[in-house]
Amino acid sequence: MLYREAGEFKSTYQADQAILTIRQDRWFMWALLAVAFVLIPLVSSEYWLGTIMLPFLILALAALGLNVLTGYAGQLSLGTGGFMATGAFAAYKLATAFPELNILIVILMSGAITAGVGLLFGLPSLRIKGFYLAVATLASQFFLIWMFNKFGWFTNYSASGVISAPPMAVFGDNFVTGPYATAEAKYLFTLTLVVLFALMTKNLVRSNIGREWMAVRDMDIAAEIIGIKMLPTKLKAFAYSSFLCGIAGALWAFVYTGSVEPLAFDVNRSFQILFMIIIGGLGSIMGAFLGSAFIVLLPIFLSNAPHWVGLNIPVDLISHIEFMVFGALIIFFLIVEPHGLARLWQLLKEKLRLWPFPY
Amino acid sequence: MTIKRIKTSIIAAAVISGSLVGSSATLAMESQFIGSLVYRTGPYAPGGIPWADGFADYIELLNARDGGINGVKLELEECDTAYNTDKGVECYERLKNKGSTGMPAVMPLSTGITYALLDRVVADKIPLITSGYGRADAADGRVFPYGFVPPATYWGGADIAINYIASQEGGYGNLKGKKIALVYHDSAYGKEPINTLKALAAQHGYEFSEFPVPHPGLEQKATWLKIGRQLRPDYVLMWGWGVMNATAIKEAAAVGFPREKFIGVWWSGNDADMVPAGDAAKGYKSLQFNGVGSDFGVHKQIKSELYAKGKGSAKSAENTGEVAYNRGLQSAFILTEALRTAMAEFGNKPVTGEQVAWAMDRLDITDARLKEVGADGLFDPIKLSCADHLGKGRAKVTQWDGSQWVAISDWIEPNSEMLRSMYEESAAAYAKEKGITPRDCK
Amino acid sequence: MRIEKSVIFIFIWTLLLMVAIPWTIGKVSSNIFFEWPFFFEVAIGGLLAGVMYSLVALGFVLIFKASGVFNFAQGAMVLFSALTLVGLNELGLPMWLAIIATLAVMLLLAVAIERVVLRSLVNQEHIILFMATIGITYFLDGFGQTLWGSEVKILDLGIPNNPGLYFDGKILINDFDLVAALIAGLLVIGLALFFQYTRIGRALRAVADDHQAALSVGIPLKHIWVIVWAVAGIVALVAGIMWGSKLGVQFSLALIALKALPVLILGGFTSVPGAIIGGLIIGAGEKLAEVFVAPLIGGGIEDWFAYMLALAFLVFRPQGLFGEKIIERV
Repeated sequence: MLYREAGEFKSTYQADQAILTIRQDRWFMWALLAVAFVLIPLVSSEYWLGTIMLPFLILALAALGLNVLTGYAGQLSLGTGGFMATGAFAAYKLATAFPELNILIVILMSGAITAGVGLLFGLPSLRIKGFYLAVATLASQFFLIWMFNKFGWFTNYSASGVISAPPMAVFGDNFVTGPYATAEAKYLFTLTLVVLFALMTKNLVRSNIGREWMAVRDMDIAAEIIGIKMLPTKLKAFAYSSFLCGIAGALWAFVYTGSVEPLAFDVNRSFQILFMIIIGGLGSIMGAFLGSAFIVLLPIFLSNAPHWVGLNIPVDLISHIEFMVFGALIIFFLIVEPHGLARLWQLLKEKLRLWPFPY
Repeated sequence: MTIKRIKTSIIAAAVISGSLVGSSATLAMESQFIGSLVYRTGPYAPGGIPWADGFADYIELLNARDGGINGVKLELEECDTAYNTDKGVECYERLKNKGSTGMPAVMPLSTGITYALLDRVVADKIPLITSGYGRADAADGRVFPYGFVPPATYWGGADIAINYIASQEGGYGNLKGKKIALVYHDSAYGKEPINTLKALAAQHGYEFSEFPVPHPGLEQKATWLKIGRQLRPDYVLMWGWGVMNATAIKEAAAVGFPREKFIGVWWSGNDADMVPAGDAAKGYKSLQFNGVGSDFGVHKQIKSELYAKGKGSAKSAENTGEVAYNRGLQSAFILTEALRTAMAEFGNKPVTGEQVAWAMDRLDITDARLKEVGADGLFDPIKLSCADHLGKGRAKVTQWDGSQWVAISDWIEPNSEMLRSMYEESAAAYAKEKGITPRDCK
Repeated sequence: MRIEKSVIFIFIWTLLLMVAIPWTIGKVSSNIFFEWPFFFEVAIGGLLAGVMYSLVALGFVLIFKASGVFNFAQGAMVLFSALTLVGLNELGLPMWLAIIATLAVMLLLAVAIERVVLRSLVNQEHIILFMATIGITYFLDGFGQTLWGSEVKILDLGIPNNPGLYFDGKILINDFDLVAALIAGLLVIGLALFFQYTRIGRALRAVADDHQAALSVGIPLKHIWVIVWAVAGIVALVAGIMWGSKLGVQFSLALIALKALPVLILGGFTSVPGAIIGGLIIGAGEKLAEVFVAPLIGGGIEDWFAYMLALAFLVFRPQGLFGEKIIERV
């Protein structure tokens, strides 16, 4: 009753091609953005903004990147951590070599550099498929981390091989990195970037590039027969995906933690991001965000929950229970809806259309 | 074990329901909150559990024996990081504003978490105390007003190891032409000693070679064939971590490298790492920045005040002598001494992180004080100042006799002059990069 | 088993390069010291280490072959079985009884996984099943530690860990590695015979070839899955015993799965002999590279080199050395 498209008529092609064709969806999206941009910074504590929302947003961006590659173009990858590290180290080198550069430029350029690296490591995808490709991309993961760890040039020859972000501002003295950046500034900066890239990705996957990717995903031989060139299509996916992952890595190192060692982007990070898109939903922008929320927020919730209800269980037991419940929930959600949380969301919307008069 | 676990949870549940009723009475006197980041789970838990037990036991001892510090009860809350940086940051943020005055200091117990917190502690004005890990250059208190590294740093550790080797060989003069190898965990942590060892090699003329071991270090056959069968060095130093330590010792035995010439840093000297290595570990040496064993006054008090009454954290009173346990004691001791110093200045009530940082700048743990608490010989005296956030930085060499660590040297003091200039140089580079103006310490 | 010509070709080339590259580097570079006994020592050490990788990879192969599931939980199963074994032993059970009890636990686990997870996810895409095994991994990690604690435990089977010198004392081989390789070898032969000559083995192969066809001739798919997961559990236990007595039984054991992945793709996901040959190539390859190539570029290359090596093989054979050829139709 509340949610239906009946009575909404489109009179222009533009309206017909809008991302959200249903009015209620648009309202919902604007409301969501209003909550994200206005309400959350107003009411959240520093803990919520700096420790929960920031990693959630940044990892969602990385998940978005991987979802382009895996969910839309069908190329399974476990190199995400390596690409994030590339972004982080590129940003560090740029920021220290050219201190006068604006942080936005630094971050975009580090994304571009990562895209180049992604292109290179995407080459084997022309021959290798499926799980073989996934394991093969681990080669890039391990190699990149090793490289950043090994060669002093990447860390400006610091003794420990740790990079740390200089204080940088978007404009004026609105610092978004360094010790004096406020959680609000960091959050809004990251949110803006993430929303922009999500919008860009959404439009990209609706364009002919996106349709090529999906054709390759669904059956690459058939796609080739109808005239889609494998090399550029797959490499475009690798480049764009790495671009987003690189930016996520730069944000992680600069905005979230401030200093990182290469091990912050080890293979566990790659797995974490892959889990996000599978749980969230492959081939869905919404899925990247839902998956990131699931993987980032749920463990925090589980480890805090005993405190909230006043239980004083030993911390090791909490951790163990957290692991078990987390694992059980993953299996539970997969059984409920194997195609991810985004699909659940879609089903909910379809139910809502008929509600409350199903017949 | 299992039964004990179930029992504790039942008791915990019972205690909580009781304490909910009784808590209103105790709240009258404000207590000092202490947040402790521990790792009782995950791949490195075997080394993390004793530390957490030692830390908790010392705090509990103060509560049970003295009713806290100067009448201010201590309220300890642990948060399990599983040695995971993301979780550690979340733990820190969760705990930092708890209690009436927030967390007085943070001890992250992990290199990754330490780096992730460096910026945050400055903004939050909470001292970051990294005992024997973290950034060595935080010894320069001018650049790191909230970073403290007592009682020792990796660079100091490297120097102490060479010092010890020199004493074994009959003086620094005999180091010329000797071959010394470093086996290290290929990470920020493992790379710390390299610069110091290289500088010392240039000074004393020994031949230095390095052997990185990729994380997590389950497989080291190639490394040890290179060391034991090809290079055949006179000494091997190790900056290892977790499962890498036991593996390295086993592989050293497998290629027949004498364990007596194999010296690990303190993080390669946990009891938990020696146990799986079994007989292979006999004779292996390790640096320690604290004494070993449980024959100290403080242990006796812990046993009689806590374990005799069934209150200790560790599995049994026998675990109280483990090296990592003693390290936990030491960390708790440093923190509570800083709390005492802060209370002496700001009054006998819960203190803030900023006040503890002030106190850490003036921390003076004397021999007399150590005797008083029954820890002389267990800990080294520490005196910090505004510019010096390290102290003497001394450590002992200990040897594994097959079942426990035995101290085989007295406290060895590193070459502070050389190291001081290295700390300052590195700190200055960091300050430049981060745009920090070093504070004036005069 | 029929071996394709190209496989033999690749194999010979691999052997040649493994000898030629270290030799050439030894000749050209002054930092790298090459001599034959040492070369063989490294190569043999690598082969023996490779067998240990195979042991873990084998578990992956069994499950992938029979049910098409990439079982991420294999590492967790290794840890869980070793923890259970040592835990039961510490409770006072003699070792042989503890082993039998652990086998029973692994069988129960297989039944539980089939009932709860696999049955509900029949006919789903590979990646969904893969994700489900990740859920199992988390659960097992937490469950094992809740039961048995996170402390390191000793598993001592009395296998000696002494350097043994062979060939006039020129070549050093570790006793433990020899024994471990022997046990792994026996396990593989046992499994091969089991697959070849028993009814269940034939049924397993049938299922692996074609689920539908197997069903239509009356092979009960559900039982087969339980059996396969139980066999993988046994393999996990053997791997857990071997690695556990090497490193001590602790959480880090779960990480050895990462060492098995390159072995897996090199040998092919569906081939038992592939897991063995893959392990040998990866083991020898990474050790030789670490010793003779790594010093030139800074060392510590073992991890990524194993993956790069596997990747190089994939470029020639995208389905792994012994994997089933991927035939694609529109």
